[in-house]
Amino acid sequence: MATHEVTFPITDEAEILKLRAGDEVTVQGHIIGIRDRTQIRIFDQGVEPPMDLKGAFLLHTAPGVRKVGDKYEPVCIGTTTSARMVRFTEPLGAQYGVRGICGKGGFPDEAIEPMRKHGMVYFAIVGGAAALETTQIEEIEEVAWEELMPECLWKFRVKDFGPLTVGIDAHGNSLYHDVQAAAHKKLEELYARL
Amino acid sequence: MSTVAVDLQQAVEDAAAHLYVWALKDIPQDLRDALAAAKDRETSVPGKRVLETIVKNVEVADSNSNLVCQDTGIAVYTCRVGEDFPLHPARIYAALKAGTERATLEHPLRSNAVHTLTRENTGPNTGYRLPIVHWEFIPEWDGLDVKCVPKGSGSENMSFLKMCVPADGVSGIKKFVLESIVESGGKPCPPGIVGVGIGGSADYAMYLAKEAIARPIGTRNADPHVAKLEEELYGLLNETGIGPMGLGGDVTVLNCHIEHADTHMTLNPVAVNYQCWAARRASAHIAVDGSVDFDREA
Repeated sequence: MATHEVTFPITDEAEILKLRAGDEVTVQGHIIGIRDRTQIRIFDQGVEPPMDLKGAFLLHTAPGVRKVGDKYEPVCIGTTTSARMVRFTEPLGAQYGVRGICGKGGFPDEAIEPMRKHGMVYFAIVGGAAALETTQIEEIEEVAWEELMPECLWKFRVKDFGPLTVGIDAHGNSLYHDVQAAAHKKLEELYARL
Repeated sequence: MSTVAVDLQQAVEDAAAHLYVWALKDIPQDLRDALAAAKDRETSVPGKRVLETIVKNVEVADSNSNLVCQDTGIAVYTCRVGEDFPLHPARIYAALKAGTERATLEHPLRSNAVHTLTRENTGPNTGYRLPIVHWEFIPEWDGLDVKCVPKGSGSENMSFLKMCVPADGVSGIKKFVLESIVESGGKPCPPGIVGVGIGGSADYAMYLAKEAIARPIGTRNADPHVAKLEEELYGLLNETGIGPMGLGGDVTVLNCHIEHADTHMTLNPVAVNYQCWAARRASAHIAVDGSVDFDREA
């Protein structure tokens, strides 16, 4: 299991293809915060997002912030459960060229094929570790769709964001799939002992 | 006692406002110990990375006086009210609600409360029937114990109920708990506390499961039959291999707590309520004179 540092947004696909399920990754550069209502607006209501998502790293978040003047400052920024938003994986890759999705808890198997097809990676963050995550957000540079607060589109500049684990890589491998398969096999054995 | 000179409602409100923020920032020592032990025990590479990050995160929350987790949850309180405590539960509820609002506005905390159909925000972590309060009434006592358990949605979404039949027996209960935790995978932020409610009725079993997650970690049910089941399930759950954040490993749960109630001869209800690794709770004992004793360990 290798260790990598990747800067987003990426322009070279090799940056994504080198990552393998189980690898450790630290992210630099810019990341985009997004959540349920943001993606419902883009895909179900057909509203074009006012930020460029090409090569982007998306974070499943609804940050706690405070407004100082006309800027938002982080209070506590953490990550939410990804599985609720899995159906947006295909269009995020196909229509917008998103390359990384980061959240907690993983994606079910239906994400594996779109991620392989569009060269995307699912990054697992440690859910609940928001105090640490907040220290890695250098600045909230842009906020769009403020009326969806806190489920707006957020642009964060980050430093040493992580550690993240590659949960699903762009080659069809998913740690979540493997863990579930092993656990179901184990359950049969445990049931026999009850 | 003739008259109560102190403003007990204000004392309860102040206590609630303190408890909510305190619970979110400073997790109890028993939980810190359990997480440290889990980190030392875990052998999978991603699992160990997760647990090291969790322990580091708790330290950063301490040093920056920040919240451990951004999900301020829904505020759940458990109240043990002495029969001689001179403030009616209706007033206790009003005080808990006012305290929750004050904490949310003053900190400020993210407000999560929405109308369940319109999804519009209903207030500073309050709304119709929010916060949620569990009540227990204690004879021949004049005190009030309040415990605040901010409950995050990632783990609350992993709640399950099954009306097993008596013929399913105890093994039916075990199977359902195991299956629920495997299906939950990484979503409820494992390793956490698995709360199980057995017996009673459908609604009461879930209520008991929530009581179970609010106990100090690793405490055992006073009924030896139930305590034995807690130990057995704790061991079995950690054999599933789900691991920290569902990435695979030795530590899937920090513990399993069970609360029970006697039930109908044809019922065998099992409810599972998950509490994430950030198993936040904070307690206060409020005396009849309005003095408040905050308690980290209850």
